[in-house]
Amino acid sequence: MMAFLPLLALYLLAFTEQLGADPVEDVIHFTGIGAFNLLLISLLITPIAKKYRQGYLLQTRRLVGLYSFTYALFHLLNFLAFEVQFDLALFFDEIIDRPYITVGMAALIILLSLAVTSITAIRRKMGKKWQKLHNGVYLAVLLISLHFFWSVKSDIVEPLIYVAMAVFLLSLRKDKIKRWFKR
Amino acid sequence: QRQALKYVQASESSQILTPEAKVTSHNNFYEFGTNKGDPLENAQEFNVNPWQLSISGEVDKPFTLGYDDLFKRFPLEERIYRLRCVEAWSMVIPWVGFGLAELIKKAAPNSRAKYVAFETLYDPKQMPGQDSRRIGGGVEYPYVEGLRIDEAMNPLTFMSVGLYGKTLPAQNGAPIRLVVPWKYGFKSIKSIVGIKLVEHKPPTTWNRLADNEYGFYANVNPEVDHPRWSQASERRITTGGLFARNRIATLPFNGYGEEVSAMYKGMDLRKNY
Repeated sequence: MMAFLPLLALYLLAFTEQLGADPVEDVIHFTGIGAFNLLLISLLITPIAKKYRQGYLLQTRRLVGLYSFTYALFHLLNFLAFEVQFDLALFFDEIIDRPYITVGMAALIILLSLAVTSITAIRRKMGKKWQKLHNGVYLAVLLISLHFFWSVKSDIVEPLIYVAMAVFLLSLRKDKIKRWFKR
Repeated sequence: QRQALKYVQASESSQILTPEAKVTSHNNFYEFGTNKGDPLENAQEFNVNPWQLSISGEVDKPFTLGYDDLFKRFPLEERIYRLRCVEAWSMVIPWVGFGLAELIKKAAPNSRAKYVAFETLYDPKQMPGQDSRRIGGGVEYPYVEGLRIDEAMNPLTFMSVGLYGKTLPAQNGAPIRLVVPWKYGFKSIKSIVGIKLVEHKPPTTWNRLADNEYGFYANVNPEVDHPRWSQASERRITTGGLFARNRIATLPFNGYGEEVSAMYKGMDLRKNY
């Protein structure tokens, strides 16, 4: 709920023209940065739970991850509905032609596959493959970092802080990631 | 604290004006922060009186204008211009001011005056972005811009001292700014203290920052995309919230081709973007 309310408030303000001169830019940025924040939080849960032995925290991972996907999905829908205004030719051209949008789209597809397979029944059915697929979140967070960094005109301070946070969270898992490369 | 101005009104425009509240709250003026709302928030203490604007360089009669001169030296008129930002949004704004050509003629340029270089005030105490990478977005300050002399003398090229009938708000580039309606908005440099006629092409801020993305000419051109987004269409900011259906085709030279295209005859506009 805590993650859902801001989204509701955002659209209420935007529809009623209370969100500044260009609500389109605002809703795109808000949902984009929101998705990134939530994904970083979801990646922070495991290290904290391990360090402080708070196993119950792990139960919140799925919900936070799903919210991150929801924000990311709205981010894309905002772009489609309000930025290019359903000009589908332009929409697909931009996804293909603009590297920063291409990598963003790739990250969203990864998040989509994680969201769909988060259903308990599917998870059980997938067995060991599930963990393999869900390690894709590490790739997603790198792609999103790149997407953010590439999207700005010159103000790279904020994106760099986010890249640093993403790299830090991945570095906490360096043993796990190293093991893949050895295999 | 904006003062009403005396000026010759523009004839009715066929285009819907961008509401004044949006013109004055959606600004790219990195000296006051990189978010669109930052300039409104951070520029209110900006003191523009006294002001000095010097016209110098390759001219026979250099001179300086003080604050009052900006509004008195030249007869003021209103011009309703479309402003097309390089970020693919646009506005329609009723500016008040005078032609840049009037100003330049008064200085009597000599034969070496091939370009005009403009400079924004450098005052980090008042413009916090100028000495903070975090606020100012890593741009090298002071902001500088430039035009070829024929572009500067074109009748469309305008020095604005007001909008919507009153003096400029700080966030829109008070007390005096350039408006070049057929070029992307970043060419229209704000809060100008120096205009220098020069022999060689002067550096320009965004070109210096990323020359593959922002050229010296920066003419609005739907056929030459920004490397990271399309320039073929734009969102016109007028009234309406999120659901405003405002995406329109972008026109070559922002629709001012009749008045300006002759200046670029024979030039490859893909190379000279």
